Amino acid sequence: MEIKVLGPGCPKCQQTEKVVKEAVSEAGVQANIEKVTNILDIGSYGVFGTPAVVVDGEVKSVGKVPTKEEVKKWIS
Amino acid sequence: MAGTCCVAGGNNIMILACSGASNVGQLSNQAAIELTQEGFGKMFCLAGIGGKLQGFVQSAKDVPQMVAIDGCELGCAKATLEQAGVPLKTYVLLTELGIKKNKDFNLQREEIDKVKGAIKQACLADQQKAAV
Repeated sequence: MEIKVLGPGCPKCQQTEKVVKEAVSEAGVQANIEKVTNILDIGSYGVFGTPAVVVDGEVKSVGKVPTKEEVKKWIS
Repeated sequence: MAGTCCVAGGNNIMILACSGASNVGQLSNQAAIELTQEGFGKMFCLAGIGGKLQGFVQSAKDVPQMVAIDGCELGCAKATLEQAGVPLKTYVLLTELGIKKNKDFNLQREEIDKVKGAIKQACLADQQKAAV
């Protein structure tokens, strides 16, 4: 599973990355988590803002820090 | 595209204009451009939502405040959101402001300002409602 956290590096983006990592760890799922900080790369996903989370190419949330429960639903 | 980090509330209102092929369609577009330039929200691609591009649709679903602007009663912006499964939030219809639809693309300054004022007013009214 490929998970991408989109965001140039603000506190909410960092919080999102932390939530995603914890959710993946708790769910016991094998996943490659990548942080995408380049603004052009972020733009290629068509998102209105950041942080955003992409799971296997599908944008799951935009402009907010997801809850751990939300992330677990996306990866289960 | 994500111009700034961490959109949430404030002036990060998503502005979706029908941008149609008439004076009112282009008034919606010009108002969206100018409001974005002035920092009152951010114009976003309605065509991306219409094309059901997944990142665009998800962005529209997740944004806390959005205004859809239709030039005329055909309501293409409204219909586009409906078909993409995006709930309509703030809505402005330009012909309801007393602007007649025609094919004259020479937009009048006073009409652009009228549209911008109506959009701001509608957004602020919805913000106040949400705060109650």
